[in-house]
Parts: sequence; C-alpha cells; structure tokens
Amino acid sequence: MSDNSASANKAIKDFLAEAEEIADQLSTELADLADMADSGDLNPDLLNSIFRAAHSLKGLAGMFGLTDIAELSHNMENLLDWLRLGKLNLDPVLMSVLFGAHELLTSLIRNVSEGGSSNQTAEIAACVARINACLAPPEKPSGGSPIEQLGLPDHMRSALTEYEEHRLLDNIAKGRSIYSVHTSFELITFDQELSEISDLLKTCGEVISTLPSVGGNMETHIDFEILFGSTQKLQYLKELIEKDNISVVQLGETLPPPPSSVLPQQIAVPVAPPAQNGSSQPLSPSIPAEDDTRSSKSMSRTVRVDIGKLDELMNIVGELVLAHSSISGIATRMRTDGFSRMAIDLGKAAKGLERKLTDLQKGVMEIRMIPIGQLYEKMSRIVRKISREQGKKVELKFYGADTELDKLIVEDISDPMMHIIRNAIDHGIESPESRVARGKDEKGIIKISSYQKGNHVVIEVEDDGNGIDLEKVKAKALQKGLVQDVNALSDKDALDLIFLPGFSTTDKVSEVSGRGVGMDVVKNNIAAVSGMVDIETTKGAGSRFIITLPITLAIIKALIIACSDRTYAIPITSVLETLLLTADAIKTVERKEVIQLRETTLPLLRLDHFFNFGRKAEQSGEFYVVVVKVAEKRMGIVVDDLLGQQDIVIKSIGEAFKRFRGISGAADLGDQRTILVLDVGGMINETMRSGN
Amino acid sequence: MNTKTVLIVDDSRAMRAMLTSTIESLGDFKIIEACSGFDALRLLPRESADLILTDINMPDINGLELISYLRDNPNYQDIPVIIISTEGSQKDIDKGKLLGANEYVVKPFDPAMLQELLLKYLNRP
Repeated sequence: MSDNSASANKAIKDFLAEAEEIADQLSTELADLADMADSGDLNPDLLNSIFRAAHSLKGLAGMFGLTDIAELSHNMENLLDWLRLGKLNLDPVLMSVLFGAHELLTSLIRNVSEGGSSNQTAEIAACVARINACLAPPEKPSGGSPIEQLGLPDHMRSALTEYEEHRLLDNIAKGRSIYSVHTSFELITFDQELSEISDLLKTCGEVISTLPSVGGNMETHIDFEILFGSTQKLQYLKELIEKDNISVVQLGETLPPPPSSVLPQQIAVPVAPPAQNGSSQPLSPSIPAEDDTRSSKSMSRTVRVDIGKLDELMNIVGELVLAHSSISGIATRMRTDGFSRMAIDLGKAAKGLERKLTDLQKGVMEIRMIPIGQLYEKMSRIVRKISREQGKKVELKFYGADTELDKLIVEDISDPMMHIIRNAIDHGIESPESRVARGKDEKGIIKISSYQKGNHVVIEVEDDGNGIDLEKVKAKALQKGLVQDVNALSDKDALDLIFLPGFSTTDKVSEVSGRGVGMDVVKNNIAAVSGMVDIETTKGAGSRFIITLPITLAIIKALIIACSDRTYAIPITSVLETLLLTADAIKTVERKEVIQLRETTLPLLRLDHFFNFGRKAEQSGEFYVVVVKVAEKRMGIVVDDLLGQQDIVIKSIGEAFKRFRGISGAADLGDQRTILVLDVGGMINETMRSGN
Repeated sequence: MNTKTVLIVDDSRAMRAMLTSTIESLGDFKIIEACSGFDALRLLPRESADLILTDINMPDINGLELISYLRDNPNYQDIPVIIISTEGSQKDIDKGKLLGANEYVVKPFDPAMLQELLLKYLNRP
C-alpha cells in the first residue's frame, strides 16, 4: 500500500514539475505572441508551439485525474487549434482570453502543488465560456483541395497531420511554390545533417513536414522527404542545397493560387515572404530557426535539479566550512602550545583544504544562481495584461537581464516586484490622454534594471509617470492616524510613510493594486531575504524603487560581536569599519546619539537599548562601534566587544520568530553554538524613522 | 531468457515516467525513452525494440511520420506499435491504423486496459 501511495506521490510530483514548466513556457510564448500580434507578423512555429504546450498539458492532466486543468487546457487547446489552422484571427480580445486562461491554469497548477482544493469551478466555467465565445462556427472549405493538384505521393499525404495540411494550404494560398527535398544521410550522423539542412531551408521559407523514409541502403542510411514552401525559384534552391545526397523537386510545378473560396476566408497566420524583407538581402531569415534545434540540444546539455537537493548540498558545504574553521583553530592552538612543526604542516593542509572548499562553495553557489532575466519574462506578461486592462500604454525596458541571483531570492522577490510594477501602472503611469496633455509621449515607460554592486544585487524599477504626491501621502497618513504631526517630516520620511501598515493613497480599491496587499508587505517580503527597498520620486516626472538584495543567503562571512554577555553575528557585507571610541565622542543631536566620523555625522544605535536588555550602570570607558551600511544608509552599532570574523550558515528561525525586530535568522558557529544574526537593514530603517 | 525491450516515444517527461512505471509493474522489461520521433530514429539502429509506444503530437518528427517510416523499413516493420494520443476522433484513429499502428489508445486511458494491451504484445513469443 505504502509503495503504491509513494509512487502516486512521485507521479504527481513529476506532473507538477512538467506542468509548471509548460505554464512557464506558455507565459513566455504568449507574451511573444502578443508582441507579434501587435506587429501583425505571426510566426506559425510559435503558434504551433503554444498549441502543443496546451495539448501536452491537457493530456497530462487527464492522465493524472486533474479534471479541472484538463478541461481548461482542452478548451484552450481548441482555441489555439482554430488559430493555428487559420480559422480565427488573432485580435486583442482573443489575446486577453488566452492570457486569462493561462493565468487561471497557473493558479490551478499552483493549487495542486500546494495540496489545496479550493473550488474554482465557477472561474473555469467563465473562462471556458469566454473561449467558446471566440469560436464562431467554422467555414467549411468547399471544392477540391489544392493539395490534390500537388501530386503528393500517397505515403507523404497520409502521414500529414491536419496542422501540416493547413500549413501546406496556407503556403499555396500565399502563392509560394511547394518543393519536396529528398535527402539521404548516414545513420550515424543524420541528426546533425538533418538539422543543418532544415536550418538552411528555414532561412528562405517554411519547412512544412519532415518524413523519414527507407532509402537504398537501409542498414547504413536513412532518407528524409522534406516538404517545403518558399517564394524562391527552383534554380535558387538547387544551387543552395543540392549535393550528391540532396535533391529538390518542385511539386505541382506552376500551381496557380487557388480561388479564395477554396480556402478559409481569412488566413490568420501571415508570414512575410522573405523577398519583401529587402531586395538586397534575399537570404534574410523569415522564420526563426531555433525551435527544432533547441528542443533536441537542450535535452542533453542541462539537468533539472530539485532546489531542496541544492540546499542540502549547500548545508553540507557550510558544515565543511565550519569543520575547516575548527581545524585551523586547532592548528593555531597547537602552534601556541609548542607543537610548532606539526602545527605548521596542519596549517598548510588546512590552507589547501580552504582553497578547495572555496572552489566547492563557489561551484554550488553558481548552480543556485539564475539570471534575473527569468523574472523579467514574468513581469512583461503582467505589464501587458494590466496595461491592457487599464487602457494605458506602457513600454517595458529591461537592463541587466543576465545579472545573477540565488534562485530562492529570485523566487521570493518576484511577488514584491510584481506589486511595485502593478503600483507603477496603476498609480504612476497616466492615461495616454493626460500624458499627451503634459507633453509626454503617450506611451509610459517602466524601466527595470539590475546590476551587481559589491556583494549585493540592486534592482531598480523606474517609471516616468506622475511621481508620488508627498502632500497627499502626508494628508493620508494624518487621516489614517498613522502619524500625529507631519510638519516635522522631511520629504524622505514622508515617502517612507507609504511603507506603514494600513496605508493606501487611493480610496477606490482598484482591481490591480488594491488586493489587500500594501507596500508594508512588499517591504517585509524584501526584508525577509535580507534586502532593502528605497524610493526616489519627482512629482510629475516619475518614481524609482531601488531594491538592494544580497547575492545569496546561504553562506556569508560575519562579524561576531558581544553585547550584554550575548553574542550576535553581523553580515560582513554590511560592515564598513569598526571603531574604538571613548564615551566623550558621543554627542546628542535632536535627542539622537551621534558621533562625528570624518566630517560626517553618524547616528548611533545601542544594541542593549534596542533589545531592552537594561544595563546596570552606564559605562564610561571605551566601547566599540561597528559602522554598518545598507543601501546608502549608514549607522553605528554600539557593542561591548568584537569577537572576530567567521563564515556562518544562516538558517531561518521559522515563522513564529519572523516578527522579532532586529533579527534576520540564526547561525551555526563551528563549536555547536547557535547565535542570532542581526537584521541590519531593518535596524537602520527603524533608527532613522524613530530616532531611537 | 532475453528481456524484451519497449521503446517509449513521448515528449512529456511525466508521461514517459508514468508509462515506464506501468510497464515495470508488469515484469522485467528493458525500457528506452525517446522524447520525439527524431530521437526515436536516432535510438532505433542502436537499440532493438520489441514494442513501441508512441505519442502523435511531438516536435520535429511526429508519431505518424515515425510509424510511416517504421512500416517502410523491413528491419522495423514487424515491431508492434501502440499509439497513445490525446487525439481521439475516428479520423485520427483511422489514420493511425492505416499507417500501420497496431493499437490506438486515447488519453486519458484506463491503466488496466493498457496493461492488458501491453501484455498481449509483450507475451508474444
């Protein structure tokens, strides 16, 4: 029994992994499709790929008894089938139906993966109804099919799928010539050679089908008949591809374009004939040739790994690093205890181990890293959808898509970023009319850029919309009772008000931003991955959200400090320097303790005050200050002692402790002790706001 | 005793995994997986198969094209082929059978039915 349920479990896992992959693929490809629909140039390969994705999902979901997903993807597949067979035109309405269906599909899949059983029958029914509304009764093709006139050999004709038949008809309708390319390749190398010839053909036309056949010597060779449509002349193709083992013939010779009644009235999948791309470049590709080669290559070059396994691996690496620390510790102790010879050898061995460990750590870390561009794809879909809904014109510009970040951080940052972008469209970008009235381009621009800065990655979301109205923000905060007095607030502080729980500047709850999630949640989510968010805004000209994130959360170097007999770790990435000061260096400005540090004033935070330890007597002697900096904000943390630098593995301290201010996690020290890691970003923010 | 070999041709990883476990539950069989018709053509000269299960809708070379080739080639023409496809209209089934598929199973299917069908072909001498 248990064996049965275990295998059922694995089957569902397999399904989810693949379903999520398909949903991701759909997301990217639908976005591409929308772009192409805008430019009026549809790629049949792309449309077919989207159709196949829905088709696969339907088959899979059906097999795993997930009837909701099966039904929705079945209807989506239907719609896509009509599209690719040219029975429908791709218009904005249809596109938004597709986007909606995809979104629902994604949420259904997520439901399965979270083990939830929320009932979405009504939503599915509504979505299916919308799809069916797009499906007008098909126009029946009448008269003899022009395919007959091609004189296609029976074995080729019978292996054509309905889609391939449609592509063939479409090519004929466009007045292209149909060719049959016969190739004979050696069995050992046919895959490469076939890819090469297909790629070459795709530069000047469309490969409609590839039929393998038995050639003269079937023990060593395999033949292919490639059905190909092109505007090029036979002579041109002969010169381009003909060799001893490759020949090309034209089918149906000079086939006149059939009368339009023979074909569906509207051909929805126009492909610009290459000849129109400019007479100087007769070879410029009209159809991207990536699809086929990609599908066969990527299979062999990459492996998919469960992130849990990488976490485990990272933990082991972390523990190895700790083990190494204790070995070096022993070496140092031996040297001071007089075992100098062996201590030096051990020290050397430990150094060697350290180098290799660093490599290993880097290697594992690199596996976890994914380019942030993967996130961008998701964003572009959201932007298209929301701007369509809101009747706003928005152009999304991406920079630094190859900036790499820990996979888990990318996942956690996705929702907050989505929210910021939603806000930018909802509240920032103005309607096309008012933009024009203000002398702006009617198309708003949202710029998302990311770059590495030291041990951090910075993501900026910038819009050229209306900016944030500080007076409105202040008034709202007053009205909601979030602050007592706004007059004393600097612009910067006023801006930070929007991060307070319960703050929202629009009264009407819009469908886009007003989902009960405020900027406070955005901020908390970013803080949960040890990140910070900053805003810059110019009234009338736009806002910029700056998110600063650590590159990885797994292993970091930390400064270990002591305060009131407790030890804490401060991530070294946020430490600028440490100072030894005497009590008289502290000055009080506006009830805040500060020190003067090289011409600048540095606010201080006393750790024992912050955590309310209560101290017996105010110390008068010397004390240490750790100068920390996160996202351009600096502060000094007053501590009793500095205990040195160490690699630590940060572990989450669980939901129950998440709300503890000032703490971002717990860490293992090599010697079985566990210490808390300070949330420097959070502490800086709190100090700046409250005046501690 | 030589173990029989089954070639599974499907572009869905989860589908292949499911078919694999169905076959494994029937006894000791060698299973080869191909993710497209193209992939199957690449594998066939190297691995002989006693039974082929194939999807129809796949990238590059589709299931129908694959079967058409298998039935043309004396080396493979006797290998039984079972189509397992979401496409279930009579027209599709006729087309598959005409090209030489021995069986046509429409997804979603009853696993017990597939097991029975598999045994029918795998228990042949």
